[in-house]
Amino acid sequence: MLKIEELHASIEDKEILRGVNLQLKPGEVHAIMGPNGSGKSTLASVLIGREGYLVSGSVTYEGQDLLTLSPEERAAAGVFLAFQHPVEIPGVGNMYFMRTALNSLRRQRGEEELDPVDFLALAQEKMKLVEMDQTFMNRSVNEGFSGGEKKRNEILQMAILEPKLAILDETDSGLDIDALRVVASGVNALRSEGRSMLVITHHQRLLDYIVPDQVHVMTAGRIVRSGGKDLAVELEAHGYTGTQEADAGRLSTAGISR
Amino acid sequence: MTVLSAASGVLAGFEPRLGARDPAWLAEARVAALQWVGEHGFPTHKDEDWKYTGLAPILAVPFDASTVASGSRVTAEMIDEAAVDLGGPRLVFVNGHFSSEFSRVTGVPAGAVVTTLAAVLAAGPDRLEPFFAHAPGVRHAFAAFNDALAEDGAFIHLPSGTIVDEPIQLVYFSDTGGVPLISSPRSVIIADSHSRATIVETYAGVDSDVYCTNAVTELLLAEDAHIEHYKVQNEPTSAFHVALLSVRQGRGSRFSSRSIMLGARIARHEVRVQLDGVGAEVSLDGVYLPQGDQLHDNTIFVDHAATDCTSHQLYKGVLDGRAHGVFNGHIMVRHGADGTDANQKNKNLLLSDRAEVDTRPRLEIYTDDVKCTHGAAVGQMDEEALLYLQTRAIPLEAARGLLIYAFVHEMVDRIELDPLRAQLERVVATRFGSDATVVAP
Repeated sequence: MLKIEELHASIEDKEILRGVNLQLKPGEVHAIMGPNGSGKSTLASVLIGREGYLVSGSVTYEGQDLLTLSPEERAAAGVFLAFQHPVEIPGVGNMYFMRTALNSLRRQRGEEELDPVDFLALAQEKMKLVEMDQTFMNRSVNEGFSGGEKKRNEILQMAILEPKLAILDETDSGLDIDALRVVASGVNALRSEGRSMLVITHHQRLLDYIVPDQVHVMTAGRIVRSGGKDLAVELEAHGYTGTQEADAGRLSTAGISR
Repeated sequence: MTVLSAASGVLAGFEPRLGARDPAWLAEARVAALQWVGEHGFPTHKDEDWKYTGLAPILAVPFDASTVASGSRVTAEMIDEAAVDLGGPRLVFVNGHFSSEFSRVTGVPAGAVVTTLAAVLAAGPDRLEPFFAHAPGVRHAFAAFNDALAEDGAFIHLPSGTIVDEPIQLVYFSDTGGVPLISSPRSVIIADSHSRATIVETYAGVDSDVYCTNAVTELLLAEDAHIEHYKVQNEPTSAFHVALLSVRQGRGSRFSSRSIMLGARIARHEVRVQLDGVGAEVSLDGVYLPQGDQLHDNTIFVDHAATDCTSHQLYKGVLDGRAHGVFNGHIMVRHGADGTDANQKNKNLLLSDRAEVDTRPRLEIYTDDVKCTHGAAVGQMDEEALLYLQTRAIPLEAARGLLIYAFVHEMVDRIELDPLRAQLERVVATRFGSDATVVAP
């Protein structure tokens, strides 16, 4: 599904990713944890094709070189990012936005587009997953949405676009416990054999709800430790600093041991 | 008689239009107007209201007001394409002169007058006297030129209580061929108390014709009159367009004007509104979309001279290429105009590094009991929003189109006439590649 090898990324001469290795099989959910500034979000940015980074190393996604594709080609190939900070787009209706997105994706895949009526039926079905009602769809994209509403809106897009690789960047940030439950149950409903997920989070809390197959610890631009879901609990108890010291000098074998 | 040579070598040789049967006041007004130009010349960058709009490209053209261009290429299809037929009364002017062939005066209620300035000048022009007597303080060379040269345009009089259901359409079309014509349409609209109408002005012409439209439209709204005005400026980019919309409002009257500025190499749309009567309301909107080498100037002056009046302004520009936009909005609240509620807003989206905008919202307030706000914004395409759309499989060009449409859609939404709204949507869709008709929430 996804194979990241020796991935380096720098911005304005500052190296942020310093040799990331990671492998994700179909249907697997991996969590990436780490302190602020460790490069977690940069990894997400590089994977979806944000400009401005000097990148080396390789990312192979379903047998193709992901790094050569534009962001929209990556999306059409099935890569999705749930943004940490979803963007407000005044003047563009949420419903129209999602239909345009789905139809753009279908067009690039040579599939037939959905007309507004069929799309509405699809959207209404998916909205139940994240407990959103029609009023959200009539508003401008994310405009005036609360933090929780924005995150639910991200998961709704994921449900509609049905990616093969979903990257969730700090999807739990800014959520109260009820909103977290809704978002997590939406994500869990979307877990399937063919869909892999990379869950980037700062806190172990999210992983109580979205239970990962593997947990990776990222510090200073490298994955320094990998393990099962219990690793998250250990991190919560001892903090990243302890992990960093314990693993100093150890090479990452992330995802390969499985 | 040549009075202009001192002002400009280029526009020299113009003579006032003196009809044999013109009353003395009109002849005097026309001669005085040209003399004024001779003494004051054309505006320069030193004039506050022309600071950002250079006139050199206009003054460089050897315009000719004496030759009459034939307009022989104009067809009904060209008129319809320029100005979608709205079904009501429709006056068409070709090269500044009324064309009965393309015009239609139906749906005008009894008592209301929808005719031409030429007809009024021929029949008895005295009712025009107040309109040809601008206060010297607001005069500039173009308005003076119009005073001196105007022969035709629309003349509309709505007696008390008249309601015209169908929009009254005024189409100014230019087909000048090789003649660099300057045309001076002058339209006068008098709305007596409690009358109501919608007026739609469209300015267009044949591609690559070089000409200058120097238009003046004057409106007088009496007590509780209600006029909705639209202006579509879609001259070819080989042409120039200078216009003054001058409005005086009486007690409780309501006026709105929505300007859609698309064409011309240099276009200046000046709006002057004088709120003379208690509780009058005015709403001015404009959207301007210059690209290439176009310059679009919106100059607005709203004069709050009575109590409890309301004025709103919202102007939005999308600028591409080396285009230049100017927003020069001035609100004056006079001493004693208590209860004034005035606001003005100007927002600009620059699509290119070489596009430029000068925005200057100004408030001048001489009383305390007022509520006034103003603001201006100039921004570029939101890169984060573009990336967001791209990650949702929307290709970059479509994403740009979507964001541009999102920026202008509130202006499009304000157009209450469906054919006009559809026209603007088509322009936006064509220029910016957005699937415009279905975007709005």
